[in-house]
Order: sequence, then C-alpha cells, then structure tokens
Amino acid sequence: MAELREIEVPDAAARVSQACELPTRAATGAEDVADLPSEKMVLNMGPSHPATHGVLRIVLELDGEIITKATPDIGYLHRGDEKIAENMTYTQFIPYTDRLDYLAPLANNVAYVLAVEKLMGLDKQLPPRCQFIRVICCELARVSSHLLGLGSYAMDVGAMTVFLHTFTEREKIYNLCESLTGARFTTSYTRVGGLARDLPPGWTDQCRKFCNEVVANIDETEILLSRNRIFVDRTQGVGIVSKPDAIDYGLSGPNLRGSGVEHDLRKTQPYLVYGQLKFEVPVGSTGDCYDRYLVRLEEMRQSVGLIHQCLDQLPTGPVNVADGKVVLPPKDRVLTRMEELIHHFINVTQGVNAPPGEIYFGHENPKGELGFYINSKGGGTPYRLKIRSPSFVNLSILPRLLPGHMVSDVVAVLGSFDFVMGECDR
Amino acid sequence: MSVVPNSLPTNPLPRQNQIAAGQPSPSTATALAKRLKTTFEGLISDPAEFRGEITVKVSDIQRIREICSFARKELGFDYLVDITSLDNYGEDPRFTLVYHLYGYGHWQYLRLKADLSEEIGEAPTVIEVWRSADWHEREIYDMMGIRFKGHPDLRRILMWEGYPYFPLRKDFPLAGRPSDMPEVAFTQPAPLAGGPFVTVAGGKDTISREPRVRIPDTDALQMNARLERRPDIKAAHGEAHGPGPIEPKKPGSKNG
Repeated sequence: MAELREIEVPDAAARVSQACELPTRAATGAEDVADLPSEKMVLNMGPSHPATHGVLRIVLELDGEIITKATPDIGYLHRGDEKIAENMTYTQFIPYTDRLDYLAPLANNVAYVLAVEKLMGLDKQLPPRCQFIRVICCELARVSSHLLGLGSYAMDVGAMTVFLHTFTEREKIYNLCESLTGARFTTSYTRVGGLARDLPPGWTDQCRKFCNEVVANIDETEILLSRNRIFVDRTQGVGIVSKPDAIDYGLSGPNLRGSGVEHDLRKTQPYLVYGQLKFEVPVGSTGDCYDRYLVRLEEMRQSVGLIHQCLDQLPTGPVNVADGKVVLPPKDRVLTRMEELIHHFINVTQGVNAPPGEIYFGHENPKGELGFYINSKGGGTPYRLKIRSPSFVNLSILPRLLPGHMVSDVVAVLGSFDFVMGECDR
Repeated sequence: MSVVPNSLPTNPLPRQNQIAAGQPSPSTATALAKRLKTTFEGLISDPAEFRGEITVKVSDIQRIREICSFARKELGFDYLVDITSLDNYGEDPRFTLVYHLYGYGHWQYLRLKADLSEEIGEAPTVIEVWRSADWHEREIYDMMGIRFKGHPDLRRILMWEGYPYFPLRKDFPLAGRPSDMPEVAFTQPAPLAGGPFVTVAGGKDTISREPRVRIPDTDALQMNARLERRPDIKAAHGEAHGPGPIEPKKPGSKNG
C-alpha cells in the first residue's frame, strides 16, 4: 500500500499562498467571510503586447478580475524629436514627421508644413491645386489610419476577418502613396510652400477607382461588425467617457466626438479648402467604445466623399508658391541662372528664412488634434518646436477610465482609443 | 436563428450634426484677453497679435492658477490644448511657460505666457483647472526640469525614473550624455551585442557609437589627433561627452 503524503509544490506562488494561508470558515467558525483579508494583484501589461498597439505599458492593480488602478508607462519610443527639430532646418524636419503617427504620414506632413507656412505668413498664398492635393492626402491618410484602427480593433476583440478585409483596402492606399510620393510609409511629400511633386499621370483615375472600392469595403465591415453579437457585447457600455470628462482630459478627434462633443478643426478652424467642401461630422451619443467605432466608420465615408469632391474640383496650375526664396527653384533654371542658383544654395544650406515670432497650428489628424507650436527667433531653424500629439493626451485619461473594468475590457478600451506610440512618445 | 441582438438600437449610425463653418476672428479672442486683463489688473499684459493669434503675458507665474481658473469658468476656455516650456538660455528669467487654451463654446485660441527664473524653478500646477494638465506638466518636468507645486504625481514620463538630465534644456547637447540605465534591464549581454546598431547601456556615447562615425582601425590614431586639434568641439559638449580617445581595434578581435 502506497504511503500518502503531501506533494511538495516548489513554485513561488504556491509557497506564498501556503505561508499566508487564510483561516477557513470551518476552522474559525465565523460566518462573515466578507471581512477576509484579500490581496490585490499587480499585473504588468506591455510594453510588448499585441493589444497595446506598440510599446505602451500599463501597470494594472487588480482586485480579482476588476481593475482598481491603472498606471500607464510611456516613453519607450521616445526619440527626442523636439530636440532634433531645434538643430535642423524646417525642411529637414519633414521626414521626422512621417514617423510621428506612422499610420498617417501624409497627414503629418501636411500638418507640419501648414504650421511652418503659418509662421511665414504663406498660408493664404498657397496655389489652389496644392491645397486640393493636400486635402486628398489628409483624407487618404484618415481612411488608411481608420482602416487599420478598425481592423486591429476588431481583431483585438476577436474578429479576425475584418482585419483581413480592411488591410486589403489599406494596401491599395499604400500603392497610391507609392506612385504619388515614391514611398509607401515614409512619404515626406509636402514642402514648405508646396509639394515635393505634382500628381503623377493617371493618379486621379486610380484614386477614384480606389474610392469606389473602399466604400463597398466599409459597408462590408459594417455588416461584419455593427450588429455582431460578440463585438457589440464587448464594446457597448464599455469604456464610457462622459462629455465633461472628454473635455477635461483634453481628448480630441474621434475620441472626443464619440463622447458627443461637436468639434472638428476642419469645420471650426477651416484650413486649406475645407471651408468650400461639403462634409458632415459624425458625433456619438454615449461615449462608449462602440460609439467611437461608429464615429470612425462614418468618418471614413465622409473622407471618401471629400476625396471625390477634391478630384472633381481639382484645378490645374502650379503646386508651389512662386517664391524662389521658399521653395526650391526648378532644376534646369538652377543650373543655368545665377539668381536661382543662389536661392537653391541658401534654401538648402540655411533653410527658409522664417520671421521671429510664435505660432500654434492645430490640425485635425486621424487620431485627433496634432498641433505644432513653433517659436522662432528668425532664420531657418526653430528655436523651439513643440509637438502636441493627440495620442499622448488621449492616453492620459486611462488612469481615470480603466478602474472598474475587467482585464479583458482593457483590450477593448485601448483599441477604441486608436493611439500610436510613435507620436505619443515623439 | 437570429444573430441580431435585441438590445441594439434600430439605427446604429451616430447622429450627425452639421457644425456651422466658422472663421476664427481675432477680435473675439482679443475681447476675451481684454476681459482677463481688466479682471487681473497689473498681472496681464496687453494682448499681442501675430498671425491671427492672441498672446498675453502673465507677469507673476505664481498666480497662474487663479488666472486659468477664471479663464475656464468665466471666459469659457474649457479645453487646455497644451502646456509647453521655453528655455531662454543665457537670459534671466531663464524659462517661459506657454499655455494654449481653447474654448468649445467660442472656438477661440488664447496663449498665456509666463516667465520663471531658474532659482525658483517651480510653478503652481493647474491640474485642478484641467485634468489634462497632468501629463503636460510631467513632460515639462521631465524635459525641462521645471517643478509644479501641488502636482500629485510629478514623475518623469518619457525618460526613465532616475535619469539625471533634462534633455530639452539648451545646454544639453544634441548627441546626449552618457548615463546609466537601471541595472535590472541589463542582467545579461543582449543578443547581437557589439553589433553596429546595438546600443550598449553605459557604454560609449552616441558619437562614438554611431556606425557613420566609426573609424576604421587605421584611421583611429589619425582621428584622435584631429580631435586634439579641435578643443572647441570637445569643450562644447562638456567633459562628460566627446568621443574621447578611440582605441584601435586589436587584431583578431571578433566584434566589428
């Protein structure tokens, strides 16, 4: 007959639980088990976790499965962009803006040069064709960013198909980017006072074709998600941000509108040609994850409408301002004429000559208000360039929002906020 | 079997609202700035306009909280866009704090600026006015070293806890200064250690680490001599910095 003995459990967790073994009801005879001391558990999520979309780390304090405290830890992708900007010319910084919100580089390019142009007083002189092309760029970036946001969000809460659907369309946008700018992600398409190049031949037709196709895809996505039982259960009533909270925590973009605040910088501070174009701003009602999803879905449709309008109204003409001191002169003239050669040389070596002063320009990026504060003491280099990134501010609400939710809701909440650590950490 | 949940609203689309297109009018922002000026007589400068933006200077940073509180409650600036800081290196007062306010009721921006000397180095927090000030102030503390009195959790936010410098100050070199990473992060040699793109904690600084400034063996002595001839470069980067003497690689060494 085998001897019965207790099995030794060598792992640390079991040792701890044995050491502080709680008195059971039978041993103490007490009726009241509610008073039993319980320990909170600290759970580390990230920085490398599929649902944190990058390198966000959250330290969660748990009571059972309920979150009692959440402390986001950011900075893993900090590259010191603001410091770098102080040490180079305005034009040299354009490639760095690609890497802020790397899911919408075209929109960042536009936002940054608009800020520099505002500082230089050029924003009213931009040729119409340049403005229309920039709007197309911004809206393509918005569609691309929201497609990725929705796809990965759906995958986070358990729907794989949507991800494949939206990524198919997103691929087409990157093909458009490639033929437009020569690069798929690191576009660096805009220049102070214009664009790197005009539209390539046949691009407008390709873009129109894409716009027609993506609408069908958005409809399919909606069929897959909007009335999907699992998706609705995981998002409706989860992560509710009230309207006062959204304003108090400085949310912007779809996250702000999901909470019912009617605000869109394209409407309230119209820049480029947004004032002439027709579009509507979707606004949520309850501020939960589901509302933020609906807002993004509708924003994509509005963006496609904007692209159609721009393609229809696209004027001919130059894409750069006719000031050789701002944009690089045409190459053939640089090689044959003295004045253009000097402009080219000064532009490349010293940068555009910005006046002393300070400006803030807020741009409605896919993720929210991307703002550039430029403090200039004159010359081709900013004295201080501050990037007000929407993801940074949007994430600051997490310590307020997450407590009270289940661990599995963290994934749903994070996905619905659609942040990018590249611009959060800068 | 129906897969449509019963609890869903019949029309799942969000309600759409047409926001009337507006144009920012500087006069309204000026009017708001003037109201601020009359309320805090002697504290607020005349509103200055540049590129359609209104800036007012606050002469006493220690009273920024009541000014912000008034701006939010009475003037409708309910959205704190941003707080940032400037380092006017070589001037006194050294720092400037810049507050960007915006109102969802009137769609006007307003910029508040207040100087802060290096000796004081501390400003009141505005976290009670806008919760979003929390991370902005932590970032300023992290990058510029300005402390905020009354902030509940003034820790570094982008750099790691224990980092000794304030990188956005003008006297901090672009290439950085060497500093120790916390030991826990590096208990074992990292894979690929010694490779061309691998950062070594506590190792050489950026200049000597970057592949493009790495010197082939034969050039090393020549480079050292060149650095000795350029004391200005070494001095500008401070004693903790500078490539320092570069040791020629030993023949047969594996790395590199």
